[in-house]
Amino acid sequence: MAETVTLEVTRYRPERESEPAFQTYEVPYRKDWVVLDALNFIKDRQDGSLSYRWSCRMGVCGSCGMMVNGEPKLTCAAFLSDYFPGPVRVEPLQFFPIIRDLVVDISDFLGKLKRVKPWIVRQEEQPLEQGEYKQTPAQLDLYKQHSMCINCMLCYAACPIYALEPGFVGPAAIALAQRYNLDSRDFGAQERLDILSGKGGIWECTFVGECTRVCPKHVDPAGAIQQYKIKGALDWFKSVLLPWGSR
Amino acid sequence: MQRGPTPLLWTIFSAGGTLAAFLYPVHLFLTGLAFPLDWLQPPSHDFALRLLSHPLVRLYFFALISLPLFHWAHRFRYTLYDGLSLKHLTVPIVVFTYGSALAGSLAAAYLLWRLP
Amino acid sequence: MSAAAPYTRHHPRWFRRRVSVWWWLESWRFTRFVLRELTSLAVAFFALLALWKVYAIGAGPADYARFLAWMQSPIFLLLNAVAFLFVVYHSVTWFNLAPRAMAVRIGGKRVPDWAIRAGNYAAWAAVTAFALWVLQRG
Repeated sequence: MAETVTLEVTRYRPERESEPAFQTYEVPYRKDWVVLDALNFIKDRQDGSLSYRWSCRMGVCGSCGMMVNGEPKLTCAAFLSDYFPGPVRVEPLQFFPIIRDLVVDISDFLGKLKRVKPWIVRQEEQPLEQGEYKQTPAQLDLYKQHSMCINCMLCYAACPIYALEPGFVGPAAIALAQRYNLDSRDFGAQERLDILSGKGGIWECTFVGECTRVCPKHVDPAGAIQQYKIKGALDWFKSVLLPWGSR
Repeated sequence: MQRGPTPLLWTIFSAGGTLAAFLYPVHLFLTGLAFPLDWLQPPSHDFALRLLSHPLVRLYFFALISLPLFHWAHRFRYTLYDGLSLKHLTVPIVVFTYGSALAGSLAAAYLLWRLP
Repeated sequence: MSAAAPYTRHHPRWFRRRVSVWWWLESWRFTRFVLRELTSLAVAFFALLALWKVYAIGAGPADYARFLAWMQSPIFLLLNAVAFLFVVYHSVTWFNLAPRAMAVRIGGKRVPDWAIRAGNYAAWAAVTAFALWVLQRG
């Protein structure tokens, strides 16, 4: 007596539909299966036309983010047993334009990520003879949490400000900017602050906190943003009260 | 490089929110519930005047009224933007919120200054 | 002619769901967030109440008595009770979120969230006790 679980999956084929609709599938229920396994089963055995992104199937690549029963989740980390007997609603990641079925366009995020300069910024590189940049465990600890981001964009799907404010750069981008600000090898904090103090930056955030809650890698973007606000405020006071001070 | 007053407004919002978080429950409990419902004896007018004769106490009450008003202004402004999608009414909202907070603060300053 | 025109971000066939004005009613977590934000109205309410009280004290014993009488009216008892609940909700959410905003490090190790929260609540209790002692006399 094989148990099955029902999946309601968003289908959107722009060449013949004007809006998304749900299609229902019956999938065998295995206790160790995740939603991604169910999607792969559908694609392999039932409906090869289903389109979705996935890669590592173990929570490190960030490709398989989707809405499962209204919650942003990595489908490779969402166990069917948590949703049994279902039905399990699988929809594309919220607040992004849908290209096809479960595939969303992420170019907005990628553009915003690039804007915050998520790389080591230095005026001068250390000469090769001096060897590698060294960091103590304490220095690593300062930014390590924020470096765990896998760009899965679940935080964007959870952020109402991202939904309402088209220019908001979003939780992951700010967390990654902060990751570099806190890195002892980096000297780009002021550049990033200038970028993120403006429109679409840290001041758009109203600390809903959903981003931190849904993050599968515990990056804590909400915390990064609030700490960034404190830094931004201190910097503002410094620039107003000591305009001649060095930056 | 100045980036507008947002960092300052946020700082005042935080200060007002922290003050309100620590002190509003006890004050509202006393003034709004305990005293009217006779759970505790409200202070006499004499005692209140004596308490408020100290300049530090007046400063305390000024901060207690003014900073949380600005906290409300900043928070309510964004609640209107996000909760009712009224971002297009930025100018009237800013004038209404911070304007009211300023008016309330000026009133508080005037009243506390003029206390006998 | 160089490369073919790339697909732009406004590709006509991509489906964009409109975000409703009532987005915050669609999920209880978002609704709870908006309720948290609405506590600012209760905060403003008490600020005005305090302003009124200061005015009443300054205006004389008759006005002060009238203020106290107003506080006993059913409408204000109701408003005060509701505002009190919202103000407490403000305090609780504010103290619970504090650890996120402050990365306090002692000797290189990050102070755990529960310690910051406990510190906040302890300070809240102490401040409340002190205020009760001051305002209760006379």
